[in-house]
Amino acid sequence: MTFAATVWLITRKDLLIEARSREILYTTIFFAVACVLVFAFGFVREGRAVTDAAAGILWIAIAFSGTLALGRAFERERQNETLRALMLAPVDRPALYVGKLLGVLILLALVEIVLVPLVALMFQAPLFQHIWLMLGLLGGGTLGFAAVGTLFAAMLVRARSRDVLLPLLLYPMTIPVLIAGVRGTAALLQADVDEPMARAWVAMLAFFDVVFITLALWTFEPVMTE
Amino acid sequence: MKEIMERGIGVALLVCALMAVPARAQQSAPAQPQTPTTTTAAQEGFVPVDQLPKPQDTIPAPRLVAAAYGFVWVAVLVYVWSIRRRLTTVERELQAVSRRVDSGGRSS
Amino acid sequence: MTNRTFTILAVLAAAMFLYAPFMIVAAPYESTMGLVQKIFYFHAPIGMVMFLSSFVSGIASARYLFGKRASADRAALAAAELTVLFGLIVLVTGPLWARKAWGVWWQWDARLTSALVMWLIFLAYLLLRKYGGPGSDRLAAGVAIFGAANAPFVYWSVNVWRTVHPKTTVVPTLQSGMREPFWFCFVAFVLLYVLLLAMRMGLEHRRAELETLYLETQG
Repeated sequence: MTFAATVWLITRKDLLIEARSREILYTTIFFAVACVLVFAFGFVREGRAVTDAAAGILWIAIAFSGTLALGRAFERERQNETLRALMLAPVDRPALYVGKLLGVLILLALVEIVLVPLVALMFQAPLFQHIWLMLGLLGGGTLGFAAVGTLFAAMLVRARSRDVLLPLLLYPMTIPVLIAGVRGTAALLQADVDEPMARAWVAMLAFFDVVFITLALWTFEPVMTE
Repeated sequence: MKEIMERGIGVALLVCALMAVPARAQQSAPAQPQTPTTTTAAQEGFVPVDQLPKPQDTIPAPRLVAAAYGFVWVAVLVYVWSIRRRLTTVERELQAVSRRVDSGGRSS
Repeated sequence: MTNRTFTILAVLAAAMFLYAPFMIVAAPYESTMGLVQKIFYFHAPIGMVMFLSSFVSGIASARYLFGKRASADRAALAAAELTVLFGLIVLVTGPLWARKAWGVWWQWDARLTSALVMWLIFLAYLLLRKYGGPGSDRLAAGVAIFGAANAPFVYWSVNVWRTVHPKTTVVPTLQSGMREPFWFCFVAFVLLYVLLLAMRMGLEHRRAELETLYLETQG
């Protein structure tokens, strides 16, 4: 089976399962919204939410809900040992990784479709003024986060203490993505918009994505096999 | 055991309560208006806020330098000691297991 | 590493560290910071060795994952532990210097923050190996490879992040009198690193022998 066919099969399977129950989607969206609220109440100045914190709050919500979604998505694979079954199948191992990655990306994109307008609303943040750069930041950042997260979550499926180990490993590793996302978004939200800066951050994210997806494809098989 | 713990907690609470009394007394001592005296500020140990030393100057440099170099050595030595300690544990276990193997160990 | 090589290197390292204080004391004072800048002669080389160690761990992990050599895994673990050790030293000596130079213990300086992130990544490596259960050696290898590859991204992003909040980091431009002690200390610390790495790998080697012996007794 070709690489693309394998990828499509896996992604389709994940999306179909999710479409039936929508469990991960709804719970992740709810968690992301709750996150935004908690941070909005946490960062308060003169009794009102700090509007400058919009960029940071958006990306923290993405990071936290992304970690949750990753854990849940792979928990499903663990319960019926389906990941092992997938690894036994005579297909390209990296295709499994890409298939799972696409599934996670689509899930996170759906969450962000709800999250970004909500943040724009609550913090009066003009997130849609520079729509292409904003999409670049969101796309690049989510891809970078999901690329590293999918590998780590797959790695940890059979490990002990996997619930706490995933955030422990993922957050320090994705700090550059977080910095790029927050600073890029902030550059677009500030009074005198700094487009070159935002572009620079998008470029860094693109570079990060290329390097780490390559690394993940390269190390997926040896890391996952016994 | 439980009685000892309860007694200990009780004593601790009593000590905290006793310490709180003089602390409260100090706090609630009415701030005496600064009546002008002829003693100098240095004699009273009172330093106006705009004459406070800069934060850079409150800790003398030699102390910081000594602390830094000292920490480097302490950290390295502690690490070496920890390797030694773990090594002796492993060596001891190795001897014990090899003795078992030599004395016709388990083989099924 | 043979016993003889180890002893020779150890004696050499000891000699260098005995001589280093003389060089450090003789070095000229930096104009704005005075005595406290002398922390630099240990702090900066240790920082460089820390980043070096993260690369050693990453490369060894790659060799382990793709070559399946157990000795590479032992090197990766030892190097990760040393990254955490040297990182800890950097993160303690840095604020001690900063307190005098800038008046505050921590100021999100670009280099110290990058060191903190790398330190956290490799601390997570050690936690994974300790608590991840069986098979965590391979998983940790993946983490080390990612961690080492991440170093330039971490440094760049933190650097750019910091320049948006302009607080000048006082990077001493190395006067001629300062270059010699600095490089001398750097060589001394690389030597120390090699020695510690050898010791730590030796420990893992003995542990592996113990494991094999245990397996033999099981029949």
